[in-house]
Formats: sequence, C-alpha cells, structure tokens
Amino acid sequence: MAGRRQVLSRREFLAGGAAAALGLWSCAPTPQAPQQAPAPAEEKPRYGGELVFAVDAEPPSLDAHRETTFALLHPFAPFYSTLLKFDQNNYPKVVGDLAESWTVSPDGLVYEFKLRDGVKFHDGSPLTSRDVVATYNKIIFPPQGVISARKALYAAVESIEAPDTRTVRFKLKYPSASVLTAGFASPWNWIYKADIIEKDPRWYEKNVLGTGAFKFVEYVPGSHVVGRKNENYFIQGRPYLDGFRAVFTIDRSAMVAAIRSGQVLVNFRSVTPQERDDLVRALGNQVVVEESPWICSQIVVLNNEKPPFNDVRVRQALTLAVDRWSGGQYLSQFTFLKYVGALMRPGGPFAMPDSELEKIPGFWRDINKSREEARRLLREAGIPQNFSFVLKNRNIEPYPSLGVFLIDQWRQIGLQVEHQLLETGPWTQDLRTGNFEAMLYFNCDFMDDPDLQLLSFISPERSPVNYARYRDPVLDELYDRQSRELDAEKRKQIVWQFERRAVGEMAYQLPALWWNRIVVRWAKLKGWKITPSHYINQDLVDVWLAQ
Amino acid sequence: MQRFFISRLLMVFPTLFGVAIITFVLLRLIPGDIVMLRYGTGALVSEDVLRAERARYGLDKPIHEQFIHWLWGLVRGDLGVSMWTGKPVAYEVAIRLELTLELAIMATIIAVALAIPLGTLAAVKQNTWVDYAVRVFSIAGLAMPSFWLGILMVLFLLIFFRWSPPVVFTPFWKDPLANLTQLIWPALAVGYRYSAVSTRMMRSALLEVLREDYIRTARAKGLAEQLVIVRHGVRNALLPVVTVIGLEFAFLIGGLVVTEQVFNLNGLGKLIVEAISRRDYTMTQALIMLSAAVFVFVNFLLDICYMWLDPRIRYR
Repeated sequence: MAGRRQVLSRREFLAGGAAAALGLWSCAPTPQAPQQAPAPAEEKPRYGGELVFAVDAEPPSLDAHRETTFALLHPFAPFYSTLLKFDQNNYPKVVGDLAESWTVSPDGLVYEFKLRDGVKFHDGSPLTSRDVVATYNKIIFPPQGVISARKALYAAVESIEAPDTRTVRFKLKYPSASVLTAGFASPWNWIYKADIIEKDPRWYEKNVLGTGAFKFVEYVPGSHVVGRKNENYFIQGRPYLDGFRAVFTIDRSAMVAAIRSGQVLVNFRSVTPQERDDLVRALGNQVVVEESPWICSQIVVLNNEKPPFNDVRVRQALTLAVDRWSGGQYLSQFTFLKYVGALMRPGGPFAMPDSELEKIPGFWRDINKSREEARRLLREAGIPQNFSFVLKNRNIEPYPSLGVFLIDQWRQIGLQVEHQLLETGPWTQDLRTGNFEAMLYFNCDFMDDPDLQLLSFISPERSPVNYARYRDPVLDELYDRQSRELDAEKRKQIVWQFERRAVGEMAYQLPALWWNRIVVRWAKLKGWKITPSHYINQDLVDVWLAQ
Repeated sequence: MQRFFISRLLMVFPTLFGVAIITFVLLRLIPGDIVMLRYGTGALVSEDVLRAERARYGLDKPIHEQFIHWLWGLVRGDLGVSMWTGKPVAYEVAIRLELTLELAIMATIIAVALAIPLGTLAAVKQNTWVDYAVRVFSIAGLAMPSFWLGILMVLFLLIFFRWSPPVVFTPFWKDPLANLTQLIWPALAVGYRYSAVSTRMMRSALLEVLREDYIRTARAKGLAEQLVIVRHGVRNALLPVVTVIGLEFAFLIGGLVVTEQVFNLNGLGKLIVEAISRRDYTMTQALIMLSAAVFVFVNFLLDICYMWLDPRIRYR
C-alpha cells in the first residue's frame, strides 16, 4: 500500500528537516472532529485482496481452549469455526456457525444441534458430530494435564452425545440461562478434529487445523500470521478476501504509524482517544471511526480480610468518595475509560438504568453529599484523619491514570493513599495471594452475561476470580437464581438485586469505570462492524476490501 | 602466541559459568512466574491446576536441581524449550537472528564508514572549522538516543511522504530492495550514535599518536604526509577504536530493544525483554547466555585484532 510520493527540492527538503527537528506534529493538517461510521451502504462486496491488520500482543500458545488473550483470537480465529457465533449486525443475537439449526427441550435441559452438511477440515477430512463432542469434552472435562481456561462456566453440563454424524446433544443438570450464548457461541470454543485430540490433546497448542474461512499458511513468532482463502469453505461465496496477514505490532507508535501509512488497515482491538485523533487528523475521510461501550471494566478490589477493609463502613466510604460521573468525562479524553456503570455493561442488555444506578451509594449525582456521607462513615468506623493505605496497581495504561484519579478522590475525604505501580508478574502474584489492601483489577468478557460478569463477586470457594476474599451466601444464592432463570426480565431483576448488594450495601469491591472501544479502520475495509467485545466477530468471513 | 590463545580461551568458561549462575538466580528472585502470568487472572482455574502446570515446567523442583538440569542441557548444546510458546529456544532465536545480525552489521558499516574518516579529519585539522563541525556532529549523535532519532525518522517519512518503513521483515536473499527499505532506517539511527562514539575515540587516539616520536621520525625521513597519517598514524590509533567498535557490535546483538520497537523489528532485543516480562526462564537464560557468549567471542576477536594492529602484543 504505497503512499502518495512527492518529489522535494533541496530547499524544501532542508526546510522539512528543520521543521521535523522542531516538532513534526505541528506540520500535520489541522485537527478535525473524528468521523463516525456512516450508516451501512448497500454496496456490492468485492472479491480479492489481502487484508493486513495489526495485533498489539502475541499469543502464548495456539490453543484457544486454554488461552485467554485476544492476541490469539484475532490472528487465528479465521482458521476455525465454532458451533454458534454472534451476529455482528444484531449483537447479542446468535446465529449458527457450524450448527445449521438447534432445539432446546421445554425443560431447558437438552440442547440439540444439527450440524451443516459437507463441512471439511482444511486437511480435507469431513467434520462430524464426533469432532464437536471431542472438542467440548476437552473444554468441559479436560484430561489430566490439559488446561481448560473456561471449564468453570460449564458446571451445568452433564454430558455430551453424538446420536448421529450430524447431531450433537448436550444434557444439562439444571436449566442454564447462559449456556446457549456464553457456552456454545463462545469465540474460544474452536472446533478441533477428534482424531487429533484423542491422539494428543496438546497438539493444538502448536498447530493449526480447523474448518474456518481461511487456511493457515505461516506463523512467524514475533512477526506475523498469514492465512489464505479456503476455497472449500462451507458458506458458498465466502470469504471475499484472498487472504489476510496479521502483523504483531506491540509498540503502539509503530502500530499507529503502520495504520497511518496504510501498511495495515486496522487494529481490531482498540486505539486510544489520542491515537484516534491523530489518525483522523492525518487521514481524514480515508478512515472510519467506530466506538462502542466495551465489555471491559476496572474494579477496585478491596482485601476484605484486612482491617479496616473488613468494615463495610470503610468500604462504603471509599466508594462514596469517587465521582465516577466526572471521572468518566475526564479520563475518556486520554484513556479507554469512559462509562459509569455497576457490574453489567452500561448500554448492555442487563444494564441498570441511570435512574436506578444513581440510588446506589457511590453513584449519586451529588458528590458533595456523597463525600459528606463518606466522611461520616469513616468517623463512625473510627478511621483517623490522614489514614493511609496502599493502592497496588499495574504499570500499564489505563491503570496508572485511573489510580491517580482514585487517589485524588480519596484524598478529598481525608485519606492518604500510596500508589504502588507493579509489573504484571508481581501484580498478579499479589492479587492471587492476597498481598494487598486495595488493588486495581479488570474484568473483560466476550459477551454481556451475568454468569460471566458476576463471577468475580461470588464466594472464593465457587469462583477462582474473587480476589476480594469475602464470603456472602446471599450473593451466591442470587447468582445461582439468575443463572437458572430463563425469563430474561426476571433474570435482570435478580441481577440488579445482586449489584445493589455487591457494590452498594456491602461494597465488597468497587466498580470504577467501564471502557470505551474505539476502532479506526481504513474506509476501504468493509463488512466488519464494531461489537462491544474485541473477542468476537473476528472470523473475517464477511470482510472485504473496496479497492 | 599459543599461550596467549589458550589463556584467553580458558577465561571464557569461568566467565560464562558466572553469567549462568547470576542469570539463573536473579530471574527466580523476580516475583511472579510464567504460570501466574498466563493463568493468574484471565483463566478460571484453581490453585491445583496452577500447581500442576508449575510441575509440568519443572518449577516445583528445588532450585539447584533446576539449575543442574538446565546447565546439563546447555553443555550438550540444548537451549531448551520456551515456556511461553512451547517451541525450541533455538528456533525462536534463529527466526530473529538474521534480522538482528543484519542490522548490527549495517549499523557497524555505517559507523565505521563515518567514524574513521571523520575522526581522522578532525584530528588532522585540529581546531579548525572542520574539527568543530565533526565534534558538533559527534556530540549530537551521542546526545540523541537512537530510538528518538528513529521516531523522528518515522514521523518525517510519514508526514512528508505518507510512507513508513515496512513492518514485516523480508530476508535480504528473498528481496534485497524490500529488505534494505526496512532496515536502512534503523541502521542509520543506530549507526549514527555508534559512529559518534567511535569518531570521538578516533580523533583523540589519533591526536595522541600524531604527537609520538615515531611520527616525527617518519616526517623527518621525508615520508609524504598522507603516508604518515595513514600508515603510521591511523593504524596505531585504531587500537582503542577497534575496542569500541567491537563492544558496540556485541551490544547490538540483543541491546536494541527500543529501536526495534520503534521500527517494529522482530529482533533479539525485543525477544529478551518479552521473555523477561513473561518470566520465560528458559528463553531468558538462553538469550542472556547467548549475549554473554557474543561479548566473550567479540572480545576474543578483539584480542586477535590487537595482535595484528600492534606487533608489541604479539611479541610480548
């Protein structure tokens, strides 16, 4: 993608060099307001071309069942299929991927999927229900020594069967509200080949073989992944692209430069507000900006085992001191952080309306009243003025910015907080071992579902990700109730009840802010739409290039 | 002569053994291990699973056992398997070595091509405008970190040509033009800084040599000034310059972390930093040993160069 070349005279060249030394950014065109994505036009997709996109991290292994990073999904998801997937135009609606159709028994205990006919792995062998069963057995009942990162989400599944070559049947122990979407449309559940799994369940950690729209060509660690069109893909006429190249660009300035020069057309994860503005300023209408509330949030984890954080009044005071509404506006200017919400994504299907949210301590609109109440609670709990504690934090953005903001908020109720920035290793170690008083943590999921987003808030015996170290049978019971409630409206009410208790009445952990996803892509990249999660919609089946 | 070689060779082993111990111990003092980093937060796995995974990596064994196991592999030429990717360390190094070596060689060529003539010129024309210009040029190179110069280059190319160097490496033997289009920029950025150090060294060494008695003798016996400078001056002044060039070259193998990031180069420097931050012990240990071995080897070569440049060393 060569850029427009200009011939410079010697004088122009020297003048340019001097200008560069003084500050090259000042030479750029004047800033323009970011362009929002236009309404989808009725354009006829064009075949051909290679999509080059940036991935700003690298996967440890190639097995999606054991990994948890988007860095695996973005470059490798195009090689695979899942049972169901999310419809990018109607999120959170699910549509069949390998499944042609499916039924749910009236009692919600049996899910039966009919697979598409004629699906083939890239080695030419046919896909059958045996492959799906073997895959899900690996995920839900992994053999000894094989890690399944999301096994805990399938507690409801009792057994998996293959009555014939095109039918897969899941039997549940109890009805589950989320199993269809969070379970079978999970972007992590790539369908593997049964023969290979049976022979070596770890084969997929280093190798690629799927049924996806693209065939694997090469992976050069630290550099790139290449895929080419699967001519035998099970959807007629897809994919549109001849191939793709995912380039690992860990350094963000290198990534932005690559987008700006047109070498790569997009980074599907997100860019920061400044990066968005830089790209729009430089490229104008050649790029399209899409933004969405992201299913990622920052949470202040309080160690409920350590005094004084075992006192609900102290925890409530900490949440009451934070002006989230102003914080979101301020921090969104230079970080991903933007939206105010409790435990479910603002704007999502389970989100509490603002009118309800504003009643929860910590979300009141009147911050002066809120801080007054916080001071009163601290006095009542016997916390002296200038009481100090340590906020342990990760040393990558947006953690430090949020940490600084929170410390300033707590200072305003008379607390002195020391900010300790840690590298990811020690940060993770301290989080898991409870070696902290307060810590900033994040929660990122592939879809809006309370089973996923509330998991960090139930008792540690049931959740490996409750780092706040408290036990609350009431929350556990509410979690189970919502999980088994098949009526969406009733489920929502239980979820809100859970939220009010977890972050309001008991303030075990403090939701800080939710993220804003910003994707800037070259306008010629079509057929891709932003969703609230960067984990989904990466199979590139519908993506095409206009030029 | 033989004794010189043997004594130098024998010094290699205790040096590398010392590096091995320090690397191994220091790495394990950093909090957090690879299992914690990979599965500590995102994955819904229990402590039991983490323990089993640690055992798989051999991290549950006593530290001395781990050390002996690793050292035994090293002695046999087996660098081990990366804990992060599961691929052999030798493979991970091999795919990055070509780029790193090429960049180091290009930067060295640029540095030498600039440093020796400029340093000589500055010394010969001491205290003239030529000398001042060379000194300003070299001080600017010393003051400017190469990654910063790299950022300026990328911005300059982007703003004025709407172009940036390719982000994917193409081997020289596949497409020399594409290869040079990518590597010439970081090579210039690194080579400039590298040349600044060497230019200053060349200038001061030559100034010293030019005041020696044998230079006066050469001039007195009627040798042409050019011959005096080149044959008697430059050659003798090269000794410290060669040392600097050699050590800088060794540094370039694995030391260009930030420059590699700025130009998105898949080099060994970036790999070392990533390996440390991921607590990939096998990879980090192997890369540090490799880096140490390069330093030792380059030093060894320098010793040989000294002998060629200065016969007194040969006859001592």
